[in-house]
Amino acid sequence: MPDARALLDAFARRHRLHALEALPWVAAVAAYFAFPDYLALGAQILAVIIFALSVDLVLGYAGIVTLGQAAFFGTGAYTAGILAANGWGEPLTGLLAAGAMAGAIGLLSGAIILRTSGLPLLMQTLVVAAMLSEAANKGGRITGGSDGLQGMEVWPILGKFRFDMFGHTAYLYCLAVLAVAWIAVRALVHSAFGRSLTGIRENVMRMHAIGAPVDRRKLVVYTISAALAGISGGLIAQTTQFVGLGVLSLERSGTILIMLIIGGVGQLYGAFIGVPLYMIAQDRFSTIDPTYWYFWIGLFMVLMVVFAPGGVLGFFARRRARREKP
Amino acid sequence: MGDFLSIAISIAFHGLALAMVLYLISVGLSVTMGLMGFVNLAHGAFAMAGGYAMTTLMNRYGAPFWLALAAAVVIVGLASLVLERVLYRRFYGGGELNQVLLTMGLIFMSVGAATYVWGPVAQPIQLPQALRGQIDLGVRDFPVYRSFLILCGALLVTALWLALERTRFGVRVRAAVDNLAMAQTLGVNTSRLFALAFGLGSALAALGGGLGAELLAITPGYALDNLVYFLIVVAVGGMGSIRGPFVAALIVGVADTAFKYAAPELGAFFIYALTMGLLLWRPRGIFGPA
Repeated sequence: MPDARALLDAFARRHRLHALEALPWVAAVAAYFAFPDYLALGAQILAVIIFALSVDLVLGYAGIVTLGQAAFFGTGAYTAGILAANGWGEPLTGLLAAGAMAGAIGLLSGAIILRTSGLPLLMQTLVVAAMLSEAANKGGRITGGSDGLQGMEVWPILGKFRFDMFGHTAYLYCLAVLAVAWIAVRALVHSAFGRSLTGIRENVMRMHAIGAPVDRRKLVVYTISAALAGISGGLIAQTTQFVGLGVLSLERSGTILIMLIIGGVGQLYGAFIGVPLYMIAQDRFSTIDPTYWYFWIGLFMVLMVVFAPGGVLGFFARRRARREKP
Repeated sequence: MGDFLSIAISIAFHGLALAMVLYLISVGLSVTMGLMGFVNLAHGAFAMAGGYAMTTLMNRYGAPFWLALAAAVVIVGLASLVLERVLYRRFYGGGELNQVLLTMGLIFMSVGAATYVWGPVAQPIQLPQALRGQIDLGVRDFPVYRSFLILCGALLVTALWLALERTRFGVRVRAAVDNLAMAQTLGVNTSRLFALAFGLGSALAALGGGLGAELLAITPGYALDNLVYFLIVVAVGGMGSIRGPFVAALIVGVADTAFKYAAPELGAFFIYALTMGLLLWRPRGIFGPA
């Protein structure tokens, strides 16, 4: 049992920056110089990390298990895409619009579905995404339907930095947006609001009992998370200059959950580990074996859950715990 | 008026046939969720395996339809027992996230393996002579295959209901769904019960996959493409019950057919809206606790 002072100390220190927290950024900058041929993939990884962060907010901190986060990712992607295809290709405002639109959908759907919890809630999130996907599929005149959205024209960032075919601009653009998103999410989870979310995850009854506005907090975090997912979708749309129905699919919701679980849930850094691991594995497998790579990535997931439950961060936490035990 | 009636009957008929297939596949999922608290997203893979086993036995080895179907059910049932003992059992009560990771992994493996062995196109299915064509039921002609599906579904739901209500096995399952710890205390071998229920559920899924191969085409993406429908049936019907998924499958099958006929430009939109409404009204399913 640690004494009270040590505990207090730990609490006071918990949101101070730790040296290890620089690691992802050092790695990201190093990767820019070390792998100039893979910058397009790198940009996608950085954008998807934002998506995973958005899932971590609702799942890891507020304890809302969702299988429909693609609803917001896809909304953002289509918003940015439709704007750029219809004559407004300014990337930063496009990105803001993507976030705002996805946040609005999150607020609207959250107000309806967050009354339930557990499996019914999981189903509702899934159904919201399925509805949007069907809407995008049938609204072919605006979205391009199953052919995907054609003819996006994204202008240079700030009027200066043109998107090049090697992905230099895209990579740095995604890195900058990720940095802003990370600072915001980190501040959020360490704030009083963030702590109350953890409280809701751990013991809802108690949070009700002490008078915390549980439903409102859940709705707020759900909306923020939706906006974040929308920004991620907008980034993907702008950097790849294409939006297809896949952005709203169940597969997209499922794989982002998997990437986060592989990294570790509720620890802010799971997204930074799981997303690169999964996406690089996917890229390698699909290069080696373009037809059957699904099998290998599935096998990788099964082995992972059997031998390293709790993800990579969980694995290290267990090892540390074992070493510290006398 | 005559036209309207004829369309209504036709929709009801197609909807009922789809409902029976959905029910056969989903009932096992409902039982594993209610009994073991396990979210088996890969349940559809067993239905797909049943479909592939059946079509392969027929197309490659010339086995007759009925024999191939029976063999497919047995093969998939036994294979699922092995999987349950080796993999699934470790994760009962082990948190939803690990279950999602495991079963999504299995879905991906099933997609890759099916593409490798059978290629990306749908498997052709040759119905036996007895199931083809139309049958005159006095009022009008009905397609034999769909009539047969409805009959099969009705028989099976009766058999399952009797098994759950009237047999020793059924009593144990109901006891374990209601209160697992108490059932164990009273000496129910829940480990064996879980394995049996899992195997039975998978075998039924294989039966649904094989019988329904003409409604839900046997392709590598089967488990993922149809997952939403199976989950909707379970969530709307309520977990761990036989009756709930049946009613839910009827609603989903008939409503989906009707909506897609009435407003094809909106596609599956209505069925999702309906599901949402039902779940808001009864979060634990129509037959679950309120």
